[in-house]
Amino acid sequence: MTSIGTGYDLSASTYSPDGRIFQIEYANKAVENSGTAIGLRVKDGVVLAVEKLTHSKLLVPGVNRRIQTVDRHIGMATAGLLADGRTLSKRARDEAASYRDAYRQPPPLKAISDRLGLYVQMYTLYSSVRPFGISTILGAVDKDGPGLYVVEPSGVFFGYHGAAVGKGRQIAKTELEKLKLTELSTREAVIEAARIIYLVHEDTKEKDFELEMTWIGEETNNIHLPVPKDLLVEAETKAKASLEATFD
Amino acid sequence: MFRNTYDSDNTVFSPQGRLHQVEYALEAVKQGSAAVGLRSKTHSVLLALKRSTGELASYQQKMFRIDDHVGIAIAGLTSDARVLSNFMRQQAMSSKLMFNRPIPVNRLVSAIADKAQVNTQEYGRRPYGVGFLVIGQDQTGPHLYEFAPSGNSFEYYAMSIGARSQSAKTYLEKHYESFEDASLEELITHGLHALRETLQQDKELNVNNTSIGIVGPASVHEKAVPPAGPFRILEGDKVEPFLKTMVPKDTGAAVVVPAPAPGDGDVQMAE
Amino acid sequence: MDHFPTNWGRPRNDAYDAYGTYPIAVRPNNALKDAFSAGVQRTQAPIVTGTSVLALKYKDGIMMAADNLASYGSLARFKDVKRLQTVGEHTVIGAGGDMSDFQYIQTVLDELMIDEFAEQDGHTLGPAEIHEYLSQVMYARRSKLDPLWNALLVGGYKDGQRFLAFVDLLGTTYSASTLATGYGAHIAQPLLRTAVEGNEDVLTEDEALKIIEQCMRVLFYRDARSLDKYQVAKITAEGATISDTRRLDTTWSFAEGIRGYGAQTE
Repeated sequence: MTSIGTGYDLSASTYSPDGRIFQIEYANKAVENSGTAIGLRVKDGVVLAVEKLTHSKLLVPGVNRRIQTVDRHIGMATAGLLADGRTLSKRARDEAASYRDAYRQPPPLKAISDRLGLYVQMYTLYSSVRPFGISTILGAVDKDGPGLYVVEPSGVFFGYHGAAVGKGRQIAKTELEKLKLTELSTREAVIEAARIIYLVHEDTKEKDFELEMTWIGEETNNIHLPVPKDLLVEAETKAKASLEATFD
Repeated sequence: MFRNTYDSDNTVFSPQGRLHQVEYALEAVKQGSAAVGLRSKTHSVLLALKRSTGELASYQQKMFRIDDHVGIAIAGLTSDARVLSNFMRQQAMSSKLMFNRPIPVNRLVSAIADKAQVNTQEYGRRPYGVGFLVIGQDQTGPHLYEFAPSGNSFEYYAMSIGARSQSAKTYLEKHYESFEDASLEELITHGLHALRETLQQDKELNVNNTSIGIVGPASVHEKAVPPAGPFRILEGDKVEPFLKTMVPKDTGAAVVVPAPAPGDGDVQMAE
Repeated sequence: MDHFPTNWGRPRNDAYDAYGTYPIAVRPNNALKDAFSAGVQRTQAPIVTGTSVLALKYKDGIMMAADNLASYGSLARFKDVKRLQTVGEHTVIGAGGDMSDFQYIQTVLDELMIDEFAEQDGHTLGPAEIHEYLSQVMYARRSKLDPLWNALLVGGYKDGQRFLAFVDLLGTTYSASTLATGYGAHIAQPLLRTAVEGNEDVLTEDEALKIIEQCMRVLFYRDARSLDKYQVAKITAEGATISDTRRLDTTWSFAEGIRGYGAQTE
């Protein structure tokens, strides 16, 4: 990278002569080093899935979650620095509570994404802080139906039908584009999400991983919950079978 | 000395998206003597190696009680540990006062992890230079967590931190599948074996340099432990019966090998 | 950088700023926020009020009842008010006293339960924890001389344990196998005690319901701030449910025989 050693890349409050802010780009590198996270917004719900790379076999499976709950109906998955994800989810919960306090109704996802975008952007303005080293996928079913947003380290956020962040995002995006997302049911989306994460992992040849998935839809009463054990097992079995079919 | 220009500050990402100051803080944990933690269905235990600066000095405290149901072992800067453990005690008391509920262990660990994260993102304060192993029991059974200055915390079946902890980790990875159904005594013996791996060649575990922390029902070697099995620290003579359960290491080679060069006690052993 | 020297060197308070979020958060400021606060008058009396709440322990759990009336003084102002509320899966609270304060308590508890839900770690707040929390809130507010003007019953069933306890605007708490607030504490409580005490482990759901119904009827006859529309909650191992509104059967034929009130000439 040409930026290295120029001195224009040591602070979020410094532009390079061609108008770039390298610290934000480096923060994106932290995201790219992390296990993949994807989100699917479908007909009647949202599915979040994360390729949780496990750095030790001594870890207890099923805990150490990377998908957080923001409000009853809002979930968020992060890729990047794990601890930053926890901090941002705490902020997201505070924002959701503040919205409820002011308006006495469940916060729409767009409002939370907007406020989180503003918050993340603040960390790109000063040399006294560094940007968040995470991209965040927010999913919810609110009064406008299913919603899916991604907040990037720069503070920008976009709405998506299908989103992927982290190391394997390119392959994941290609796979997501093949799906007819608006026609899938949430249950079908769970199967697809598992397949994509397994496919992405196979390609990166990383260390061991654990699939973590949550969903929001009719079957969960529009509440953000972990995908139940039996469905998770079914999705993983199908994902492995589909992998074998691809590589045979 | 410096690896590059991206390592003098918390608030600077390297071009690879790494935070060097935080990584150096993780190295500070390895300067401390080792601690080992293990968990079974019924118990969680901690074992730690205490250092002393000389014949006339006492041994540095390695374990702290947080609440009846939680205790920690530390590796790294003891003064940072005291600040964080004090915070943990406040959180534990707050849970008792507000809900009359012993604080769930995972939330206690997450609270200090979230606190530590702030010091990795803002200018003016260094990250904490200490790592914890936290054991505790709550509604969901016994637990073992690791806390690191990076603001991460993870739950493990078994884990080790501190100087030469990789050797202990290797031992734990080989045996962890048997921990789930192990008795308290077996668990501690495994822990001592793992801790022994972190010693320099000429050193041994003894009643002076070994601490054992336990949550869960009493061992056959313990007296007057309440039935709930609150966190307790065993030191001195109380450690003796557990040390006796250790299987001697195959000595053959150990005697021949010359004593390691002074000062390498803090260097992590290669895998 | 904090440019106010008076704030320098002040120990950060973990109770208010646990994560040291400077520079995003503002540090605690000890100065008086409102110069007139000493002259502010706080709640002296409830405005729109609910009357009794009744609750008892029976074989399978807890049963609780309250009518649907909120009075404005002696005026029967609102006749479809719900004074029973589930909190999580294992708990029901019932409130007498100021209804706006009760609605505030409901939002506070809702926020608490969302925080708890968001943890997703298998730990849930049961009735005992919710009661403890409520009693701390009530006592803190009375200590500010700004009480939440309610008498609350907390009933629940969790981990095979029945729980029933009381907390009021002073932060007073107690527990018994039958509880009643307001007028019910005088009129219904003796009836409840006679029927329930000693029988907590044998009373069936039907029997418990009969006792509750009878007490609600007596209250409707005797309590001028009560209504014949009411709801019953039950909390058992299966969880907490609150019934639809029911109506009491009452007879008023005896009223003709009453002398001394109204327009009778004799």
